[in-house]
Amino acid sequence: MTDESPRTGAAANAAGDAHPAAGEPLLRIEGVAKTFGTFRAVDGVSLDVKAGEFFALLGPSGCGKTTLLRMLAGFEAPDEGRILLGGRDIAQALPHERPINMMFQNYALFPHLSVRDNIAFGLKRSGMARAEIAPRVAEMVALVKLEGLEKRKPDQLSGGQRQRVALARALARRPQLLLLDEPLAALDKKLRESTQRELMELQRRLGMTFIIVTHDQEEAMTMASRIGVMKSGKLAQVAPPRELYEAPRSRWIAEFVGDINLFDAESKLRDGHRLVIGTRDAGTLVVAEPRQPFGDSRFSVAIRPEKVKLSRRGPVSEAGHGTAINVLDGVIADICYLGGTTTYKVKLDTGGTVQASVANSARLDVDAYSLNQQIVAWFTPDDCVVLPS
Amino acid sequence: MRTISRLSRFNIASLALGLAFLYLPILILVIYSFNASRLVTVWGGWSLRWYHEFFADRAMIEASWMSLRVAVASATIATLLGTLAAVALSRGERFRGRTLFSGMLYAPLVMPEVITGLSLLLLFVALNAERGFWTVTIAHTTLTMCFVAVVVQSRLGSLDRSLEEAAMDLGCAPVRAFLSVTLPLIAPAIVAGWMLAFTLSLDDLVIASFTTGPGSATLPIRIYSEVRLGVKPEINAICTLVIALIAVVIIIASVASKLSSSQGESAAPL
Repeated sequence: MTDESPRTGAAANAAGDAHPAAGEPLLRIEGVAKTFGTFRAVDGVSLDVKAGEFFALLGPSGCGKTTLLRMLAGFEAPDEGRILLGGRDIAQALPHERPINMMFQNYALFPHLSVRDNIAFGLKRSGMARAEIAPRVAEMVALVKLEGLEKRKPDQLSGGQRQRVALARALARRPQLLLLDEPLAALDKKLRESTQRELMELQRRLGMTFIIVTHDQEEAMTMASRIGVMKSGKLAQVAPPRELYEAPRSRWIAEFVGDINLFDAESKLRDGHRLVIGTRDAGTLVVAEPRQPFGDSRFSVAIRPEKVKLSRRGPVSEAGHGTAINVLDGVIADICYLGGTTTYKVKLDTGGTVQASVANSARLDVDAYSLNQQIVAWFTPDDCVVLPS
Repeated sequence: MRTISRLSRFNIASLALGLAFLYLPILILVIYSFNASRLVTVWGGWSLRWYHEFFADRAMIEASWMSLRVAVASATIATLLGTLAAVALSRGERFRGRTLFSGMLYAPLVMPEVITGLSLLLLFVALNAERGFWTVTIAHTTLTMCFVAVVVQSRLGSLDRSLEEAAMDLGCAPVRAFLSVTLPLIAPAIVAGWMLAFTLSLDDLVIASFTTGPGSATLPIRIYSEVRLGVKPEINAICTLVIALIAVVIIIASVASKLSSSQGESAAPL
């Protein structure tokens, strides 16, 4: 099954707010499939993307996300299905016949042309009048802050500058849809973070529709208003970042997006709005009843490390949690200091291990735990998710 | 990065010996071309006499002119065909027999010239073609096309495929994308390929002697037949001119291929 994700209004980013969504989606992908030899790279993907959205296709390498993007750009023709852009089927149209532009992973700047000619390349082909090209190029140069570098050749630019030229070149034709193939993969961490913000800001200002392909879940979470997670050619889940993180649909998604503790369930018992689940590694856990009903198939209880609290004596009583708190006894088995947070691995008395991520909110280590220290790990039923295995 | 800053004595000696082995005979030939004496082995002072003699020798001038025309024509045809073959092999879809085709394209690289020459001669005889300028040109095209294809294909292989895709993405039809992006980027390799084909054609003796007809001898054939009757100092003068011409062409070709590689990301084809 693929996901059409009819959910609205839950976008974590503000991209949707500035540009109210029109009724019809800008892009509609219907049952698209592509096979290379015997390998089914994209296997029946259906997806709607609204105008003004910042959509991310996220997945491990080889999941088909790049093939899907290349089909949108027109470099591959789908074997099955339709791709509708503004209601028109473009599945078999050639790349130059589509109002779509792409920013390539390695930027693909023309090495024999200057920055200015690279940006003007697409404008000249679109039959734009000479007098209009120069001001548009100047506008694009200003947009990506490359003033003064117009006459340079690509090999005289830094990686970040090349990335900007590629962006300006792809935006110059004012495409209805901009595709970005791992646009930040070649940049170092600091530059990547600032460029992420700039891309978001740019997308919001231009009100353009962006589809980005990435294997970096943090990048997708930061930038996109909606994320489609792909696995073996299929869309596993389409959801806003927060929903993807807090309510993953499967065990695989939960593990792919961020870190998670998983406990295999052995039995379950209904108790009002709660489920009492027996696990092999963590004893009996009380969890909130999942929103989606699930059958009697194998399942597990999942909890994010930052939602696991640690204390020396027992759970700190907080209003609202009542009595139904999961409390696990154990010893600190491993400590990983990450600066902002510390990840503790707790060996439970019941046999399993649980990871807890604790914010280092004080500079002096009065709160820090030490190795082999007896500890209590606890979390609330609402912080747990039940996932089919 | 600087790896070797200074050559050792042994290296200098072996380098000098190697260079002497390669270039001393040529150097002697060049020096003796300015010899005033009629005897090839006796030095009689500096003179341009044999150059005058050469320019007065109608048969030699005709042979030179023939060689030049054949070289230009065959290099041009070979460049055109070789470039097309290289594009087909590196850009085309995977067609049936592609490996066989590329193997066959490169066969003339290692084929003994005698065999190429003989088989072409048999073909021309079978076709009842009149042997002369065109038969030699066709034969040289056969010989040099694969060299052009190798040079151009290695450049195409090092070229990022996404450049062409970017051009299409930005509004170029496929042919237009090739002409406006790929062709300018492989142009230096094409020029280098042409130069290579030109020099190969210019100094070929074996294939030309198989495929040429009476009255249309190329320069190497002419020189060879003169030398069999005894070396005249005039031959030295001609050879010096040929060496000068080839040196110039080779220098241009290597500069072109350097330019080509500095423009792209990858190594030079030559």
